Amino acid sequence: MKDRVNRLLLGLLAAVVALAFSAGVTSIVLEITDHNPIDTFQQMWDFATKADQIAVIINQATTYYLSAIAVAIGFRMNLFNIGVDGQYQLAAIVAAAFGGEVGLPMGLHQIAIIVVAMLVGSMWAGLVGVLKATRGVSEVISTIMMNAVATAIIAYLIKPGHLGHLHGENLTTEPIGHSGQVGGLDLVPDAHVKIYGLVFLAVAVGIGFQLLISRTRFGFDLRATGRSASAAQASGVNIKKMIIVAMLLSGAVAGLVNMPVLLGEAHNYSLSTPSGIGFTGIAIALLGRNNPLGIVFASLLWAFLDTSSNILQLSDIPQSVVLITEGVVVLSAVVAYELVRRYGLRLQQRRVGRELAAPEAGAEALGVSA
Amino acid sequence: MSADSAVAGDPVAEPDTRLAVVLRGITKRYPGVIANQNVNISVRRGHVHAIVGENGAGKSTLMKTLYGMHKPDEGDIEIDGAPVHFSSPSDAIKAGIGMVHQHFMLADNLTVLENIVLGAEPTHGGGVLDRRAARRKITEISDAYGLGIKPDVLVERLGVGDRQRVEICKVLYRGAKILILDEPTAVLVPQEVDELFGNLRDLKAEGLTVLFISHKLDEVLAVADEITVIRRGTTVATVDPKQTTARKLAELMVGSELPVPELRESTVTDVVQLDVSGLTVADIDGRKLLDDVRFRIRKGEIVGIGGVEGNGQAELVEAILGLRAAVAGQLRLGEQDITHWSTRKRREAGIAYIPEDRHRQGLLLEAPLWENRILGHQTEKPNARGPLIDIGAAKRDTQRIVDAYDVRTPGIDVTAASLSGGNQQKLIVGREMSGNPVVLIASHPTRGVDVGAQAAIWDHLRAARAGGLAVLLISADLDELIGMSDTLRVILRGKLVAEMDPKTVTPAELGAAMTGATASVEDGGAA
Repeated sequence: MKDRVNRLLLGLLAAVVALAFSAGVTSIVLEITDHNPIDTFQQMWDFATKADQIAVIINQATTYYLSAIAVAIGFRMNLFNIGVDGQYQLAAIVAAAFGGEVGLPMGLHQIAIIVVAMLVGSMWAGLVGVLKATRGVSEVISTIMMNAVATAIIAYLIKPGHLGHLHGENLTTEPIGHSGQVGGLDLVPDAHVKIYGLVFLAVAVGIGFQLLISRTRFGFDLRATGRSASAAQASGVNIKKMIIVAMLLSGAVAGLVNMPVLLGEAHNYSLSTPSGIGFTGIAIALLGRNNPLGIVFASLLWAFLDTSSNILQLSDIPQSVVLITEGVVVLSAVVAYELVRRYGLRLQQRRVGRELAAPEAGAEALGVSA
Repeated sequence: MSADSAVAGDPVAEPDTRLAVVLRGITKRYPGVIANQNVNISVRRGHVHAIVGENGAGKSTLMKTLYGMHKPDEGDIEIDGAPVHFSSPSDAIKAGIGMVHQHFMLADNLTVLENIVLGAEPTHGGGVLDRRAARRKITEISDAYGLGIKPDVLVERLGVGDRQRVEICKVLYRGAKILILDEPTAVLVPQEVDELFGNLRDLKAEGLTVLFISHKLDEVLAVADEITVIRRGTTVATVDPKQTTARKLAELMVGSELPVPELRESTVTDVVQLDVSGLTVADIDGRKLLDDVRFRIRKGEIVGIGGVEGNGQAELVEAILGLRAAVAGQLRLGEQDITHWSTRKRREAGIAYIPEDRHRQGLLLEAPLWENRILGHQTEKPNARGPLIDIGAAKRDTQRIVDAYDVRTPGIDVTAASLSGGNQQKLIVGREMSGNPVVLIASHPTRGVDVGAQAAIWDHLRAARAGGLAVLLISADLDELIGMSDTLRVILRGKLVAEMDPKTVTPAELGAAMTGATASVEDGGAA
């Protein structure tokens, strides 16, 4: 128990140190480029704590959260799903087109769209799993390549005459009718911006992920495989099957990434549908230590940085300074977590050694004299 | 301790016998265990100095200290009479120490020359590799020590013995005057061992010093000028190979307080529990790693398999567990044909497993003890309830194992990594004995554990045998094998070649059979 509390505190400390460090680096960069760091941070904070911006941050974080959980599922068993980006975009266009073309009763319509998105995402990721399990193809390579393939397929699908329609300068899929939309919620007082209704989907995914990982036999097998594939295999885990199932799961969650936006705001897939969230998810999963609760804070931080940076344009501060903050925070967090992990392990080993030293020494002496 | 002669020569001697390495009072503690305690060794220049000891006696820890891979907690190191403090292997390399690891560290897709110069490349300036200079130097080294290095061959095309010579050349290239060879013969066939010993004599003749780590006593006696014995982390004696025997060395290695492995009255029944017939396993190239292996284990019987490491024991274990596919043969567990069952199904059916390498196959080191209790028994009570893990029940049962098997730990929430090897092993034994197993595969069950844990593990094996368990025992410890087996078989190059009566066989006879000296049915060292 004491160990767990210790490790939790150490982990928090590592996150705080990483954050402070990245703030420091950002300050130096600002200083060098003749901007006042304190002033800059103040502006960002003031802007981001406005009611509307808080709602924007929560919405943004919802999307990031789903992406990071998709990545974390893979990470938990040492699978690097770099392909969340392609998986969610492909899922989004197919699900959007499906939702726009079919007419279903309210309730069923939304569920059908979400299921289609999960199936597409999971199929796209599953291919990678099958390649790795049967042919030993590194998932890092194949997911990256599948991202490129997905981009090409989307470019083809969005053409007018396929799934797309030309609206002014923009190409979009057929809009999803009212029966397939999920309305927003007035959760932030005084805000004009509504929170995506599917924020609860993200919450459910987080809780489901935690339960799956910590309470089920499947989750145990998944974690065991991540910690030691050889030990897991000897314990009866079918590693190949685990790889495929983990990729399917990861892809299914990846398929959800665009759903809050699609069903809650955009109602169609278009050229302006955001891309790159799959990569953001990797950074957030790392920052959140693949832990569903940690990822909540990491996605909120990320969304805060992204949103608050919008104000910087007004004071002629390059917005990209936030990219430096984000990059440094992930890098230093990864380093700090590893240090903390090793330190925690050693701390515990030493404590165990100390607690046992007295009786063990006695027993040893007995053994020798016998 | 009759052989406790002259703890290595006096430090003040004539110049030609100056000491190359002196280790004085070296102590290295790991959490919960003392890996080295007050180790004293003096190595003369131009000598082959062997360091022998059982697995887990602390040989590797000591060599890592000398090679700068970690710092000792206490003690001094002197190289050529001057005190040194290494904080990394590169310090040790600068001081003229080179290490040839047991597992080679070579890049297959590079040539021998490229491998040798890697990290210490001579350049024309501007970062361009000076191949001519490299080749000249490598040829000089190769000729001087009779290594027979061919610089332009790709490493992937070399055999094991050649790779080892490349490794030796690599450390010599970096200017090593003192070579540490960690279990160099473990991967070699007998002819290659002879060649290696020839190389070592050449090195010695040129004034180099060799530290030779091994637990193979006959080899040590053949090649060493001086032998230091390590037992349980400390040096117990330094002896002259001309005045000692393998038997005396073995006594020094294990000490006298070792518990005796023995079985009392026979508990063997008539009921066959595990029936292995015609089991054949091949590698990717179709080379047979196991060839038509057949044996039976009855309830209450311990069948011991003796053999030099790497003769198919690991493959046999993996094939029985379903971790490795067999190309032919049948496995029956009781009345059932389990040949095509998955590993999980086999384990659920009651095949328990104490792995040879507990860190690789037996534990999740960074997981708490109770999660390790679940490992391998994920689907069984009390760990599982339907598709869910029953954390409460698993924790209670972990506490039961900790109490019943005397696992020394402050609690069940600590990670497995924080326990000593012996306690980790007791946890594994306790776990595998839980849930009514019918067959136990025990692979080196007492390797690297302390004497107390060893005695306890033997007790548990005896009790389980009396309870009707069928046990397959694989061990490199011949006394354990002879003492704990009801039936004894010998494996050589993937075949079961001899059956011996553990009541009458001596370790020497068993050892001879293991090397094929008495079982000459085979195609003779064509490897």
